[in-house]
Amino acid sequence: MTMPSSDTDIEIRLLMEAVYLKYNYDFRDYTGASQKRRVLHAMREMACDSISNLQSRVMHDPGAFSQLLQYLTIPVSEMFRDPSFYAALREQVVPFLQTYPSLKVWIAGCSTGEEVYSMAILLKEEGLLERTIIYATDINPVSLEAARRGVFALREMRKFTENYQQAGGKRAFSDYYTAAYGGALFDRSLVENVTFADHSLATDSVFSETQLVSCRNVMIYFNKKLQDRVLGLFHESLCHRGFLALGSKESLEFSAYAGRFEPLARRDRIYRKLGQ
Amino acid sequence: MTSQNHAALLAGRDVRAVIIAGSAGGVDALLHLLPRLPRSYSLPVICMLHVPEHRESRLAALFSARLALPTREAFDKGQISPGTVYFAGSGYHLSIEKDFRFSLSCEPPVHFARPAIDVLMESAAEAYGPHLGAVLLTGANRDGAAGMRAIKQAGGLSIVQDPAGAQVATMPEQAIKLQAPDLVLSLQEIGDVLLLLEKK
Repeated sequence: MTMPSSDTDIEIRLLMEAVYLKYNYDFRDYTGASQKRRVLHAMREMACDSISNLQSRVMHDPGAFSQLLQYLTIPVSEMFRDPSFYAALREQVVPFLQTYPSLKVWIAGCSTGEEVYSMAILLKEEGLLERTIIYATDINPVSLEAARRGVFALREMRKFTENYQQAGGKRAFSDYYTAAYGGALFDRSLVENVTFADHSLATDSVFSETQLVSCRNVMIYFNKKLQDRVLGLFHESLCHRGFLALGSKESLEFSAYAGRFEPLARRDRIYRKLGQ
Repeated sequence: MTSQNHAALLAGRDVRAVIIAGSAGGVDALLHLLPRLPRSYSLPVICMLHVPEHRESRLAALFSARLALPTREAFDKGQISPGTVYFAGSGYHLSIEKDFRFSLSCEPPVHFARPAIDVLMESAAEAYGPHLGAVLLTGANRDGAAGMRAIKQAGGLSIVQDPAGAQVATMPEQAIKLQAPDLVLSLQEIGDVLLLLEKK
């Protein structure tokens, strides 16, 4: 009893097809309801009177596409979001990570970098940062640039500090930033070993073996088919018995990879790759 | 209004899912409504109350112990099953997709709320069209007004709690102001209608 496609649904599908063919950004397997809200929002903000009109602008003007991309991706994040996740990472995953002579961590869909800095701080406090390479990837070049800069709004610091403390932070959170450029500039040494890179979970492949993959609140925007593709990438990238971290409402339970991982901290959505 | 009148108004409707939403005072209102649903109730009932962003929502657990129906938190890509009560968790918007699965998102708050009632209702209006019944309860915020209008415009049944009896009248008042709902009822009457919505 699925409702027939409305004109809007048809227009969105055509827009995503055009974006894929023209710019090779693949939003075709994103979830319907939230994508629709964002496209309609972009349409209004970019002063187009229809989605078809928006499509025509995006087709002929790469600048308009870059603008649209900012609406299609969701740069809402905070440092140490879900403090209990970071506490679990510290208590239950770090002891395993400490057994490796060198580490590779992949933060997939890193957006504007809040999670990258959180992870780097945690690894630093556990004495692991110097021997870790972090790959921080996203499809949005504007977000990646913001992540690289590492300047966050000062008004957020109270919230981030509270999260950091609840997550078991070992120092004063203010040790990690200085007020600069009208915001909080985070310690550059935190990202010395971070490679920020353009990578699409929808179209690109695995680029390295990793011990820990963190992809939190990214796959909720994907349909099941794309979720399974992405979990396939993570499974392939992770070393034997590697760790996978998901967002607090995400789960492997109903995915094609349910049997390939075991929960390590079920409530905090940390999984471990099963041996064959 | 008597039950016979409700029955006449509901005749010919084919409701396949129910949404019940509210804010301040909503827990008490739901404690009044949901325990009246019998174990045999066949519709999915999707509940949303505004809960603080950073607190784990315990609503599903709280109600689970008090209801005859299976009660759980709505999860991403979860199929909506009949005869089940779902609660929206905290910190994420909840939508309903056209294949009748839930989806979550971290888009910015709407009316300072995440989850926002408008987001749930507008997506549900598209997925269910005329096959949806929606109830908006007590609350101190105008979230839900646009959602109730979307549901009514899609042909669904819109019911607003009578502001006179609501713990906080703002939310029902705002909804009524934006678009006259099909019914404005007391909690007792809303409970009666929920029982009538089921196709016998």
